[in-house]
Amino acid sequence: MTILKAENISKQYRLGLVGTGTLKHDVNRFWHRIRGKEDPYSKVGAVNDRSTQAKEEYVWALRDINFEVQQGEVLGIIGKNGAGKSTLLKILSRVTGPTTGSIKTKGRIASLLEVGTGFHPELTGRENIYLNGAILGMTKAEIAAKEDEIIDFSGCAMYIDTPVKRYSSGMRVRLGFAVAAFLEPDILVVDEVLAVGDAEFQKKAIDKMKAISTGEGRTVLFVSHNMASIQNLCTRVMLLNNGMVDIIGNTEDVINHYLHKYRNEEVSQDLASRKDRKGNGKLKFLDYWIETVDGKKVNAMQTGGHFNMIIKVNNVSDFSLNNVRISVGIDDDQARRITVLGNDLTNELIELSNRQIDLIKILIPKVPFQAGNYHFTLFASEGEDVLDWVMNAGSFEVEHGDFFNTGRTIQQNQGNILVHHEFH
Amino acid sequence: MSAKTNNDWLYEITPHKKLISLNLKEIWRYRDLLILFVKRDIVTVYKQTVLGPLWYFIQPLFTSVIFTLVFNNVAGVSTGGVPSFLFNLAGITAWNYFKACFTGTSNIFRGNAGIFGKVYFPRAIMPLSITISNLLKFGIQLLIFIGFYLYFVFLGHDVSPNAYLMLMPVYVVMMALMGLGMGMTISAVTTKYRDLTVLVGFATSLLMYISAVPFPLSKAVEQLPKYAWAFEYNPITQIIEGFRFMTLDYGTFTWGGFIYALVFSVSIFLIGLVIFNRTEKNFIDTV
Repeated sequence: MTILKAENISKQYRLGLVGTGTLKHDVNRFWHRIRGKEDPYSKVGAVNDRSTQAKEEYVWALRDINFEVQQGEVLGIIGKNGAGKSTLLKILSRVTGPTTGSIKTKGRIASLLEVGTGFHPELTGRENIYLNGAILGMTKAEIAAKEDEIIDFSGCAMYIDTPVKRYSSGMRVRLGFAVAAFLEPDILVVDEVLAVGDAEFQKKAIDKMKAISTGEGRTVLFVSHNMASIQNLCTRVMLLNNGMVDIIGNTEDVINHYLHKYRNEEVSQDLASRKDRKGNGKLKFLDYWIETVDGKKVNAMQTGGHFNMIIKVNNVSDFSLNNVRISVGIDDDQARRITVLGNDLTNELIELSNRQIDLIKILIPKVPFQAGNYHFTLFASEGEDVLDWVMNAGSFEVEHGDFFNTGRTIQQNQGNILVHHEFH
Repeated sequence: MSAKTNNDWLYEITPHKKLISLNLKEIWRYRDLLILFVKRDIVTVYKQTVLGPLWYFIQPLFTSVIFTLVFNNVAGVSTGGVPSFLFNLAGITAWNYFKACFTGTSNIFRGNAGIFGKVYFPRAIMPLSITISNLLKFGIQLLIFIGFYLYFVFLGHDVSPNAYLMLMPVYVVMMALMGLGMGMTISAVTTKYRDLTVLVGFATSLLMYISAVPFPLSKAVEQLPKYAWAFEYNPITQIIEGFRFMTLDYGTFTWGGFIYALVFSVSIFLIGLVIFNRTEKNFIDTV
């Protein structure tokens, strides 16, 4: 049974400051409306792409979103920062309305965008459980029935009759989450950033979320950045990109699509001109390539072969960097970190003279990777200072090769690292 | 089959909304929240104060004493045969309820942006809870007023209410509607244009004077005949004056003025409700 149906949801935002120009637009809009004409600004608006400076005054945070959710389904919503996830969440929670379109639902929606909403500092923990529960849509009787469980789950039993203003921030979060965890709506909308607090409570919170979403046939819409928890919880996933639905389908397909598409988009950019880098900028990664041991550039490594990875760096500063640490973190095509290469591990010294471009050569004898596509992150530091750090800086291909010198290799789904070993 | 399932949606989230939509069923479902908000408003104000709820008594008493000293003793405003203190207390009691509803509601959207931005509940719960908690405070102040009333009667002053006292509930409703209507309008406009918040602070204290709170309406008309219209056409003046008239049997009352104030307060409330409804949906984008 379809429990929730979204049709042509769009949301337009106005960019820039609210000022006299806003009043002019409001008046114009009002003038159009009383003559029965369409909103003059509903036609304009840029696509929600945050990497470019907006040229128009209006932007579509969401554009023509359509989807259906079946009863008992756990739908994951993923996408890069700024893809429109939070806006969609807000519309589903009825915190803000859509500009066009409609969402029809057959059940009560409760949303958890934040824990402890509406806590009053002067009220005691117990009083706040009731207040917060009621804000989230529970009745007094429902809360009373679960009061003991909530207090127990929060671990704040000792302070439950103390005003919340005396609580530590961690206790406040725990109490807030405890109330939310005992909500029982037909449809639950959750933002994963909720799982906060210390490590122990985080685990408890995630377990509870899992229990909520898997047990009792509850319908859940779950927004997350964490592919592992999406994979773990969701039956279906929707991928948003620039405010539009990119793809919606079964979890594995969508996640693969997401990883390939966005990671490849990133690595296809010129490394020197990447803007999404961290560090103090004294050093800059410019380029990279793979070559054979005799210095011939190649497109791919071969399993079991000997290859050099060359990283071109520029010491932009006026001083020489005498003890640089360079790390290459290698990820597989599921964005799982599989290993790290680093001169701190091999205990080799790297010195870079001021205002000079250098080539750093990393020899990988007997390449241990299975055939496939690998991405890597580049990191450089000197002492405590991060010099340059580019996540997902590049990628390389590995082709089939004879690692064991027997013509054999491990099966496809048996991992992607080969280890030299001998039986005696 | 599909035709059937398409019809039993529980509710629909859409951009457009009817002009006035008070979903009473939904408000009823959230009645516990309403009660808790009222409780919160009443209880938390004087938490961690030594005098606690006594402050509810002190504030109107002191204002009445000051008004009596300034307007009646220094400026020599006559309040007929009615004790000046009781006259002022009556005006302040009525005025306070209107003012509390008005200032409380006028900050709803901005003051609660944190909650409204995260959770949905019928937004009308907020102004409702403000009206109800202030009604309770009004009840307390009314008790003080009655206490002093009896005290002055005991001292031998010739004061007594008249038959119009029957209209008291109507007056209370008018005060609430007027405060709510004006408050909701201002609250909605300030989500986008902050100019009005600056105004509200001093406008309410100015409004008190042109609502003839510290002096009888007749006095104002007599002393400032040129500006008499400002007092007479002010619906709040009609309410304050009417409240004093029925309790103290002193002042002026006309059915015309009463109807005028009633129509005005109902209209301003409806206007406020429409604006509030239009705003509650998307205000979080601009606040």
